[in-house]
Amino acid sequence: MSLMTDAHAPITDAPITGSQITGAPSSAARSSAAVVEQAVRDVLDPEIPVLTLDDLGIVREVAVDAAAGVVAVALTPTYSGCPATEVIAADVAAAVRAHGYKPSVSLRLAPAWTTDWMTDRGRDRLREFGIAPPGRVDARRVSGLTLSIRRAACPRCASTDTEEISRFGSTPCKALRRCLTCREPFDEFKPL
Amino acid sequence: MSDTEVHQTPTGAQQPVGRAVPADEPTGDALTARYLTQLADDALTYAQRLGEWVTNAPQIEEDMALANVSLDLLGQARALLTRVGQLDGTGRTEDDLAYVRGEREFRNVHLVEQERGDFADEMARLLLLSSYQLELYSALLSSADETLAGVAGKAVKEVAYHRDHADQWVVRLGDGTPESSARMQAAMTRVAPHVAELFDDDPVSVAAAEAGVGVLPSSLREAALAHVAAVLAEAGLEPLDEAPRWRSRGGRDGVHSRPMGYLLAEMQSVARAHPGATW
Repeated sequence: MSLMTDAHAPITDAPITGSQITGAPSSAARSSAAVVEQAVRDVLDPEIPVLTLDDLGIVREVAVDAAAGVVAVALTPTYSGCPATEVIAADVAAAVRAHGYKPSVSLRLAPAWTTDWMTDRGRDRLREFGIAPPGRVDARRVSGLTLSIRRAACPRCASTDTEEISRFGSTPCKALRRCLTCREPFDEFKPL
Repeated sequence: MSDTEVHQTPTGAQQPVGRAVPADEPTGDALTARYLTQLADDALTYAQRLGEWVTNAPQIEEDMALANVSLDLLGQARALLTRVGQLDGTGRTEDDLAYVRGEREFRNVHLVEQERGDFADEMARLLLLSSYQLELYSALLSSADETLAGVAGKAVKEVAYHRDHADQWVVRLGDGTPESSARMQAAMTRVAPHVAELFDDDPVSVAAAEAGVGVLPSSLREAALAHVAAVLAEAGLEPLDEAPRWRSRGGRDGVHSRPMGYLLAEMQSVARAHPGATW
């Protein structure tokens, strides 16, 4: 089950430990609290590298303890089984260490992440990257049978005349669609 | 089994004489661990089964869809099993619980362990299980166990997508060609004997519900089966047979059907051949 790392990263609020993630901070001079916090928020998503963690809306808390030299970061996982979660935790730890602090990364399950936490800048970057950004969750259309009917604009030509090819795409968070105007297939970030 | 040894009180005091519950019934953290094991084993076992569809589904998009559903369930199982290891006093990790428990220690229902059949069988099973899980996790959002409530918060959104996927296929196949409709109907007939077990009020669920941690399975039945009925009606299929000639039972007690041993043998073979290996 722990395929991605030799650390047993628990998907709970417990700190993630292991040689990969924690470790002695470098002896270099420490950056200011504001700088290290920004570095954490600017870590890129490994699957969609145009989005920062801040754009995704998964950084819950960055607590800088200057006296102890520790930065505690709380993240909300996106999907329960998303393999990127462990990579993100390792990247956050590396960013903290690069600024001379000791990292303490934990995952916080509640409240559950929603695509509504994604920033407008993140949505623009997704569109420019060729992925249709998620619609608002509360706007999800539901028919009598609760077959959801979502509308998504083509990220290339902006046409809304698009159809779903597959509800599940190349990652858990995406669906596969096709534009009926320009005929190009594209990924859609699903509202969750 | 683990739950019997952690049940003792710190002082080793005996149960009060005349207490109605059996002496080996777990309480407190041990009870929560047993309850979470049931939920986790449903998710883990079905994740393993769904993974078999990769390269075997009717189209490549469906390979990916079922792998995605499997991944969601695996993620839910990982979080729950990690919690089980913390609560049951054995200090076992999620990997210990997934890879080195024996068949009798798995507490999943028979529905999820059945062999992979026709694609229609899988859609029938996914419809039933996701309809049950959506009601289950919706109710568990207010569980007294914070980890379970957190897992439920994520799971309820993910399972809604699983159910939607099954809905679409059941309607498409049921309302499709004579061939697809007949095969979808046959699949619903084959899955029917495994439905009742989902809604049985087993002693662990009853105790967990009383403790505010869990929910009574029987309380989920009406809403879950109402959804199934609506889908079957839309698909032009016969209503679900709620009184089939036989029905499965025993999964929550660790008594499984023949396919379970083969499933575990495949799932656990690498971990058992190389104990303690990391990669």
